[in-house]
Amino acid sequence: MNEPPRRAALLRRTARHRGAAAGLAVLAVLVLAALFAPVLAPCDPYAQLLDEGLSGPGGTHWLGQDKFGRDVLSRLIHGARLSLAVGIGTVSLSLAIGLLAGSLAGFLGGWTDRVFTSACDVLLAFPGILLAIGIAAVRGPSFGNVLFALSVLGWVGYARVIRAQVLKVKAMEFVESARAVGAPPSRMLLTHILPNALSPILVEATFGISRAIVAEAGLSFLGLGVAAPAASWGSMIGEGRHFLFVAPHLVTAPGAAILLTVMAFNFVGDGLRDALDVRDDGR
Amino acid sequence: MRGYLRRRLLHVVPVAFGVVTVVFFLLHLLPGDPVEIMLGESAVPALKEELRRELHLDRPVHVQYAEFLAGLPRGDLGVSFRSREPVAREIARRFPATLLLASASIAVAILVALPLGVLAATRKGKAADYLSGAAAMLSLSIPNFLLGPLLVLVFSVQLGLLPVSGYGTARHLVLPAATLGTGMAALMMRMIRATLLEELRKEYVTAATARGLSHRAAVALHALRNALVPVATVLGLSFGAVLAGSVIAETIFSWPGIGRLLIQAIDARDYPLVQGCVLVIALCTVLVNLATDLLCARLDPRIRYE
Repeated sequence: MNEPPRRAALLRRTARHRGAAAGLAVLAVLVLAALFAPVLAPCDPYAQLLDEGLSGPGGTHWLGQDKFGRDVLSRLIHGARLSLAVGIGTVSLSLAIGLLAGSLAGFLGGWTDRVFTSACDVLLAFPGILLAIGIAAVRGPSFGNVLFALSVLGWVGYARVIRAQVLKVKAMEFVESARAVGAPPSRMLLTHILPNALSPILVEATFGISRAIVAEAGLSFLGLGVAAPAASWGSMIGEGRHFLFVAPHLVTAPGAAILLTVMAFNFVGDGLRDALDVRDDGR
Repeated sequence: MRGYLRRRLLHVVPVAFGVVTVVFFLLHLLPGDPVEIMLGESAVPALKEELRRELHLDRPVHVQYAEFLAGLPRGDLGVSFRSREPVAREIARRFPATLLLASASIAVAILVALPLGVLAATRKGKAADYLSGAAAMLSLSIPNFLLGPLLVLVFSVQLGLLPVSGYGTARHLVLPAATLGTGMAALMMRMIRATLLEELRKEYVTAATARGLSHRAAVALHALRNALVPVATVLGLSFGAVLAGSVIAETIFSWPGIGRLLIQAIDARDYPLVQGCVLVIALCTVLVNLATDLLCARLDPRIRYE
């Protein structure tokens, strides 16, 4: 196994990957837009100007207005906040559960591992966002429910990767040495095994954020994401598709934002994978 | 093969049982009273009680679960709150449309991925490889709820070539199948490229060309055949994703399949129907995954002995 590169070296190696560098630049702009949305957005994203509904790009509304006359650019900038919050929130929650379940299953083995594997098999039988659709449908649209719905299945991927890594690292000589000198199991797991098992998780989490952003947008597109009138890129496309003939910008503007964000995360993930030399084992 | 079949069946039965259990408790244990959600908080108490009795929600959860399990072998998935028809009958009516769409999407994926994957592998490092790689990256990044409206915008609104939505003719099938098949095509293309490159490095390909076979024939007759086993796995495993994706594609194109039925059931707060649709899609995924495993074991005998 390669020695995990230090943080600065990892960043340098990732940035040297041309796609990853471009992805990082796009993500930096996105994070700044999300952080300073109230300052950057030219209008109030909820202010309705019904007389100007479905106006095209131009004048003070650079990306046009939706059917209620709301400024598309302002909603797009505020939507970045929601997308990033869902992406990071879902990955954090899923990662916390996955880290606990995967490391315990891999470290303890036996019936803990068997229960874990069976639970994963059952949850993985639900394809795509089907389970999230079912949960969101029963719980109703809200930010918290979206996080919950996406994390119910989201943790499985991380847990499986961590389990596989823990199994691999646990068999290495330095862990055997730690055991031989009488290190307690909790210290072995926390200080010896887990830090050496986290590289693939970094890659998985990067792709996970883009998956969560797409899933949230998909739920919002179906009307099951965050409650209206919150600005979500998915619900903007969902509402805009009814006006494709007269106002295609209502789909193309949020669509471009989603596509750019997803590609940025995917490129950064690819770059990290190359920098860490991670292979897709355990999945 | 029989031993492998027995092992796989022994694995699938508990998974299917787990899926049924998760779907049941999804509706019954999550916070919130389904009856109140269906009728609204201000509904008359007598009406709520009547609906609760009708849906058997007045009984203890373990009794409801036992009844639910007992009904499954008979194909009893409950009664739709909206239409008062058996859920199984509603789903059976919509299922052929989804099956048609899923099959067409897979056909699109194969037709696109096979030539592009072979081209990328045989022209590694050249323009064709980079172009198809970029196209695959773009296709994998574009979600189907965006691709669908964009295809409508180009092929229906701008060019007027294909209908915006609907069902019945082959022209209606093109855009929904392309929407669902594009992501899978990209995944398959990458897989074909990677596995074919690996096969092309093996000695039997060199031996075949040394025997006088042209490079093209060696690729087509030997390397590609061996490279297709992992591709078959991806294809089978993608079927579930296609079924799940059909929820969005069918909504965009008003395609009368089970995905659209699910969204209509959610809008109507018809929970028995929501439960039935989720269950049928998940169980279909389990069965297709099983069929894929068996097919791969038949194609590659090494799998049976792992």
